Amino acid sequence: MSEAYFRVESGALGPEENFLSLDDILMSHEKLPVRTEIPMPRLGTFFLDRSGGSEADNAIPQGSKLELPLWLAKGLFDNKRRILSVELPKIYQEGWRTVFSADANVVDLHKMGPHFYGFGSQLLHFDSPENTDISQSLLQTFVGRFRRIMDSSQNAYNEDTSALVARLDEMERGLFQTGQKGLNDFQNWEKGQASQITASNLVQNYTKRKFTDMED
Amino acid sequence: MWPGWFLRLPARGLDGRRLAPVTRRRGPETGAGAQEDGLRQVLEEMKALYEQNQSDVNEAKSGGRSDLIPTIKFRHCSLLRNQRCTVAYLYDRLLRIRALRWECGSVLPSALRFHMSAEEMEWFNHYKKSLATYMRSLGGHEGLDITQDMKPPKNLYIEVRCLKDYGEFEVDDGTSVLLKKNSQHLLPRWKCEQLIRQGILEHVLS
Repeated sequence: MSEAYFRVESGALGPEENFLSLDDILMSHEKLPVRTEIPMPRLGTFFLDRSGGSEADNAIPQGSKLELPLWLAKGLFDNKRRILSVELPKIYQEGWRTVFSADANVVDLHKMGPHFYGFGSQLLHFDSPENTDISQSLLQTFVGRFRRIMDSSQNAYNEDTSALVARLDEMERGLFQTGQKGLNDFQNWEKGQASQITASNLVQNYTKRKFTDMED
Repeated sequence: MWPGWFLRLPARGLDGRRLAPVTRRRGPETGAGAQEDGLRQVLEEMKALYEQNQSDVNEAKSGGRSDLIPTIKFRHCSLLRNQRCTVAYLYDRLLRIRALRWECGSVLPSALRFHMSAEEMEWFNHYKKSLATYMRSLGGHEGLDITQDMKPPKNLYIEVRCLKDYGEFEVDDGTSVLLKKNSQHLLPRWKCEQLIRQGILEHVLS
């Protein structure tokens, strides 16, 4: 399956997400802190602890602080900030940016929201005055970490790589995987297996899964 | 905690690293039925959102409730999100189904077909036909099967070991071999390729 299946790639690092990319959909599911600038009637049922109650038409009051998924924040945001204003998540603020500039390699980017670069890039849509600093920080963080990712992906052959990828964000993990594939393909070729016809991954995994289904 | 229209489908129904159009929802249904069920829930939610919005739009216009506009926008975003998730999910399934033609050949194992909807099966058949038409147009009069020789061949004949009992297998001109588990044979490459990809034979390198 891996050979013939080409999934829709993420566009999150560029100006716009890819509509059909599953990675981008998952990324934009992550939340960020917002503030409502206007009451929002009849939505109070979704935020019971904030609701203005039935006299206020079950509204979410103006000035409420909420955590909304990126897709919703993007949809409701406009440059006049009529419906909501957006706050930067901590890891993109100055404090953490200083940490990254000190040593980008020590940070667990997987814990910091697994789509650190993608989410951070899309954050730029909210016209924060810190946008220039944020984009610089994203870039420099990546530059600082890339060497290690490349090295480890090119040298870990046939071993458990979970420790190596544990603190990588999703984009970095993708890179790591690409590196591993290159390494494995090369080793294959060196062993003369490049012309060996192999069973399709799809079929192999399917046969395994059938047993699991039967046990359910 | 979040209302249903924060679509759960992609996070659960799919995983970029998993294979095939197999739905992994738990529950009594299996196969295409469960997938349709999940989709039906999403479409029902979308219908509810749409109806609420229709009603609020009317109220905003005739009742002067322009304060409803942010609410309408909120629901509209949710509708768009659901639409995106559904379309991306179905599209990903099609990408996997397309890959099946290249991985499994033109006849799909029934276990896989079980997990495909009727429309997806129809799409697969259309794709097969398009591919066949294209392949016939190559290589002069005979056409060219480009789904063969996915790895550059070194020999006309290859050594294979049988991994599962398969039975009689016709080689050429009526001669046949018995493919029994662990038996080894020297067979023409083009005849074996499919069986190797299906995991029935193993290509043995000398």
